[in-house]
Amino acid sequence: MAEENFDWMAAANKKAKGKRPEYFDDPEDERMLSILMAVVGEVSVLRERMDTVERLLEAKGSINRADIESYTPDKQAAYERGAMIREYIYRVMRGPHQMVQELEQSEPPVEEVSRELKEI
Amino acid sequence: MSTTPTEQKLDVAPPYNAVARHGVSPEPSHDEIARFDFLANFNKFLSGALGPGNKLAYDRRVLPAFLKEHGREPQDRFEIRRAMNKDPFHKFWSALKRNSMEMRQQNGRSMVLRQIDELNARARQFNEGRDTLELNPEIDVPRYQSAVDIHCMPGSYHGEELPGDVSAGANYDCGIFATTAGGLGALSDGGGQALVEWIKKERPGWEPRRVLDIGTTVGHNIVPLALAFPNTEFIAIDTAAPILRYAHARAQSLGATNITFIQANAEDLSRWDDGTFDWVQTTMFLHETSGKALPRIIAEGYRVLADGGLMFHLEQPEYSDAMPLYEQFIRDWDAFNNNEPFWSSMHALDMKTVMVEAGFDRAELFESGVRAVVDTDIFPEAATGDDEDHGRAAYWHAYGAWKNSDQMQHAAE
Repeated sequence: MAEENFDWMAAANKKAKGKRPEYFDDPEDERMLSILMAVVGEVSVLRERMDTVERLLEAKGSINRADIESYTPDKQAAYERGAMIREYIYRVMRGPHQMVQELEQSEPPVEEVSRELKEI
Repeated sequence: MSTTPTEQKLDVAPPYNAVARHGVSPEPSHDEIARFDFLANFNKFLSGALGPGNKLAYDRRVLPAFLKEHGREPQDRFEIRRAMNKDPFHKFWSALKRNSMEMRQQNGRSMVLRQIDELNARARQFNEGRDTLELNPEIDVPRYQSAVDIHCMPGSYHGEELPGDVSAGANYDCGIFATTAGGLGALSDGGGQALVEWIKKERPGWEPRRVLDIGTTVGHNIVPLALAFPNTEFIAIDTAAPILRYAHARAQSLGATNITFIQANAEDLSRWDDGTFDWVQTTMFLHETSGKALPRIIAEGYRVLADGGLMFHLEQPEYSDAMPLYEQFIRDWDAFNNNEPFWSSMHALDMKTVMVEAGFDRAELFESGVRAVVDTDIFPEAATGDDEDHGRAAYWHAYGAWKNSDQMQHAAE
């Protein structure tokens, strides 16, 4: 038996041994992104749960929590849910995704365009 | 021909529901499944949609700035890394990817640890009193396994949350789906399935007497072989007891009862006589050793390999001179960002020379590409090329040799 004081929630958060790389100039940003990404993940979990509830209600009319826990999507539903997660990821990741497009295009600053339009 | 959005087949990860269960699989709740579903698709996004931004940042800004500053091209992948680590896009991409790795560990561990009593009890049912599991407490955890927690896996392979538990193995096993977006198949054993397919094609009808799997971890890559060769005796070794407890229970529950799991360090295989095995192998293990341990492991493997036997190692591709420095740099990401400290040096090793120094004739060596074998109805084939998730792509480089095969052939003639 797990001892009384084994707190699995705390244990799940154990840090991996090995110094964590720093990606940002401000260490607070590391923490902020980790919280933000955890929330991004949890919103996806809520959406998937909502999708499960909707599908079950549609099929059965009334449901209980055990139905939710044991729900297994068929191939079509699994694909639709994958597409839903993909769409969600593209929406929340718009910023970094646009960084890629920025790199592809290397556009002049709009101020420059503004000066140009004044003259034509 | 363009298709309308409704006709398009999007590239999405299979659901975690499709993962097969075995005797010591954690039972995932609805939301635990959904967490891995998110991560699997997020990892696809990171490698597919964002990944190409790294090369663009390099070509458009980092390399031109480097040339301007130094008046020359970068000399090695380390110079590229130091320059790229200052680039805003690469920094952000790396931070997202590191978070994805950390979330995978947290998500896997929370699922496993909340049911650890049940998992330990199930493992005991498969393990207690079996002579196919041999734990040796005198085996030390080598420095190359304890210096950092490999792939940011808290506690690494040898950590225990409770005495005698299997959480390290269960967590490792359950999350491979998320990091590879299902690329290793229903039991995350696409590598082992590939070995079976490879050997059946390479040597139809061949049946090894005894096989040694070094650094077996949870036995993903040996169970398919053991099931394919039911009359063969398999020995699977690892230095970590917790992972072996899990591996043994997992193998037994899948019906692979011809594998003996032994806690041993492959640098010293003295308990086995010369020529004991017909096949000695590692799969994605050598990069988790060290500069001095690796050649010792290969040399010991050579010694215990019988004439006519096969040595086979699966790894990511080596950084040969022919590989562009940028590709070497991006393949090195895991070394420095996902706690794989020997990864970079290992992939720069000339494995062929290491094998020759262990005793093989250069003419006996061969190389091959091996792609994970998965049920492609549900699971994706490993992406290579622009979409490749370097470090995790289920497409490996094989270094192999048939020991004294020339002499054997001459003797037979």
